[in-house]
Amino acid sequence: MRPTLLTAVGRSVPRREGVDKVTGRARYTDDIPAPGAWYGKTIRSTVPRGRIRSITLDPAFDWQRVIIVTADDIPGDNVVHLIRDDQPVLVPKGGEIRHKEEPILLLAAADRSTLEEAARHIRIEYDPAEPVYELEQATEVFSTVDIVKGEVLEDVKHLKDVEVVERRFKVGLQEQLYIEPQGAIAFPEANGSIKIIGSLQCPYYVHRALKRALKLTDQQAVVIQAETGGGFGGKEEYPSIVAVHAALLARKAGRPVRLIYDRHEDLAATTKRHPGVIKHRTAVKKDGTLLSQDIEIVLDGGAYCTLTPVVLSRAAIHAAGAYSCPNVRIRARAVATNTPPNGAFRGFGAPQSLFAAELMVEHVAERLGMSSVDLRRKWMLRLGDTTATGQVLTESVGSELVLDAALKAAGTVRPSDRQTVRRGRGLSLVFHGSGFTGSGEKKLQGTIALEALADGTFRILTASTEIGQGTKTIFCQLAADALGVGMDKVVLAPQDTSLVPDSGPTVASRTAMIVGRLVQEAASEIEHRLKQEKPPLRVEKSYIQPDSIHWDETTYRGDAYPVYAWACTIADVDVDMTTGEVRVTDLVTAVDCGKALHPVMAEGQIEGGSLQAVGWATIEEIKMKDGGYQNDRLATYLIPTALDAPRIRTILVENPYSRGPFGAKGIGELPMDGPAPAIIAAIHNATGVWLDEIPATPEKVLAACASR
Amino acid sequence: MRFTLNGRAVSFDGSGARRLLDVLREELGATGTKEGCGEGECGACSVLIDGEVVDSCLVAVGQVEGREVTTVEGLADGGRLTTLQRAFIEHGAAQCGICTPGMLLAAHVLLQQSKRLTAEDVREGLAGNLCRCTGYTKIIDAVLSCTQ
Repeated sequence: MRPTLLTAVGRSVPRREGVDKVTGRARYTDDIPAPGAWYGKTIRSTVPRGRIRSITLDPAFDWQRVIIVTADDIPGDNVVHLIRDDQPVLVPKGGEIRHKEEPILLLAAADRSTLEEAARHIRIEYDPAEPVYELEQATEVFSTVDIVKGEVLEDVKHLKDVEVVERRFKVGLQEQLYIEPQGAIAFPEANGSIKIIGSLQCPYYVHRALKRALKLTDQQAVVIQAETGGGFGGKEEYPSIVAVHAALLARKAGRPVRLIYDRHEDLAATTKRHPGVIKHRTAVKKDGTLLSQDIEIVLDGGAYCTLTPVVLSRAAIHAAGAYSCPNVRIRARAVATNTPPNGAFRGFGAPQSLFAAELMVEHVAERLGMSSVDLRRKWMLRLGDTTATGQVLTESVGSELVLDAALKAAGTVRPSDRQTVRRGRGLSLVFHGSGFTGSGEKKLQGTIALEALADGTFRILTASTEIGQGTKTIFCQLAADALGVGMDKVVLAPQDTSLVPDSGPTVASRTAMIVGRLVQEAASEIEHRLKQEKPPLRVEKSYIQPDSIHWDETTYRGDAYPVYAWACTIADVDVDMTTGEVRVTDLVTAVDCGKALHPVMAEGQIEGGSLQAVGWATIEEIKMKDGGYQNDRLATYLIPTALDAPRIRTILVENPYSRGPFGAKGIGELPMDGPAPAIIAAIHNATGVWLDEIPATPEKVLAACASR
Repeated sequence: MRFTLNGRAVSFDGSGARRLLDVLREELGATGTKEGCGEGECGACSVLIDGEVVDSCLVAVGQVEGREVTTVEGLADGGRLTTLQRAFIEHGAAQCGICTPGMLLAAHVLLQQSKRLTAEDVREGLAGNLCRCTGYTKIIDAVLSCTQ
């Protein structure tokens, strides 16, 4: 494409829906009126494993007042359509319960009190079975990934001048905690169609799930995204369940049904970040030369497959870290336990494996008596280097740029003036693949459309959703500049499956880079055609994999991602030696984003992701009890407040990627990767103790200090 | 019962025990006020009662009889955005926007109390309003830009 004069791209123009959001006019799912609608409710299992022996409806209650949906009311397949057909929409009588909070029945009533009263009159009895919680005891494997580069020798200890460092790390569950809970409203239409309006990231995921479970045609299932109050992956696959449930109720009730989760239900029942254990064995020469990395990953998928194989894949591909090593072996597996299914969450496995990889750099540096920054410089992937999957990095490698930028910005650490507090600093260097893994984009062939309308305006049609990250704004910026028109001439069609083509899910740091590029290409083509033709015109663009990208899914060799974004994070922490409390006081992060399409939004996304990672590393802990989450309320599951949050300083490094829109790379997930290892390194710097497990709760910090 | 909502007299005939949040959203059409947790932890349902920030999920509507309630819809003056609302847009303080109504009201009160705020003051003043998108940095910048 020829160079374009940028008047919108690169400028922090006002957010498209900004005025609606600051005036209260923006309509989120529960704000949408649905005259005559009933309220829906999900009745869930109370045991982690077993079979449903009986479901009894108390005759003392007048059941005419409610609608009940069971598995028998599902017209299509009793399956939540995703990767594997293992998760039922509703567990049937006699069916197997695999986790607590599993949906069994659905209720709808005209008012909430009737609903609650009805729920109290349902008795479900189970034949319980022995649940599996421990990764070591889990026998069912969802998927495995093996990555081999060169040869990792089993025994290198006898080699001269070689050090071997071994370490085991553990990462915990995390809740996405979008502030708007899950919800959908289902409208049965006269022609047998079902319309869903919901809080969701991926309209076509929900569309496919509806078609499958309710036996609907493409046209009969209509999915519309309402304004969505945060997603972070939590509204990638789970909304299919909410929407199918609402649709089943609406179909049976013959009226709209609102199924809006409260926070407690959302915390108790919906997907979390995969916890796991990661073991490393790294061999280095005494001069720091990296010889081999031997890595084993086990992730807990929970009771059903959901997106676990894809999460594991991303975890494995990022497991060696942003470093060049001649010999790498990564063995990863995801297993089933009797806990609620884990699923998509910003970073998608990479934060887990990068946490371990980054701390390994620290441990090796400590063993060798070297500075870990120097060691990173020695090891880091640079232009022309080869990743663990054998991908040769041919452009836009920002490792050194971000390291230098972060170090320059961080300045020096000042000691704390409080007697009981020790201050420390830690650093991390990470990369994150932008777009789907391997052949994902090729298989998906995301499609967008752009229309030049007779009135001189242009309309972008995509299924990519705005969830706070700025999709609505940046797509208009991209189109405006590629068309050479003002942003006021560009509008975005609503995310409604009856109107827009499937541009793929809004996940995987792919929206700006992959879908945005299609918008730019379509706009360039329209701009060109308008020189000869008159509107209306419509151009559709689908993703075409460049010939230079090669990926072998069976061997896990090749170009795992089209390109990588890079980040260096420097965290300062205060550790209170009497209480064990860790406070992140300063956080600097330099990010190579290719090109900042909208600098303020890019910074905002990085800052929000960074704080989410600070939470994961320090205070966000889920305690398990009998297969359920013990702290399943916002009063007990804590996320950082404005008082807990450090000031986050973001440095945007622009290192353009030739196939990104105007050079941009995807950065949505990247900020989730770096802070946790930087914080653990900072805690070590402050206290002299290494934690191998997050979150770094006061109990863990005190215990580690005491056992020193 | 009667109270003032955004400068307008309103009345509600139902039970005084209903949550103010539900009455605002379901009876009075003021859906700008959001429910994030229903137990006073997240601040998404913040409203002003006689100028003070309150979680409307914890207030029975009977408690606001005769009082003045302000929601996000009452901030802009006849469609003209306040300096604070404009600052939120300009600084990128609203991302997904679900915490924004409550955050704006909490910040509005802070700015009314004092025009000389430090970043620490703002953090303290907004500590009852959770945001999961921004990391708070841009929200604090937006509020500070409205101080003298």
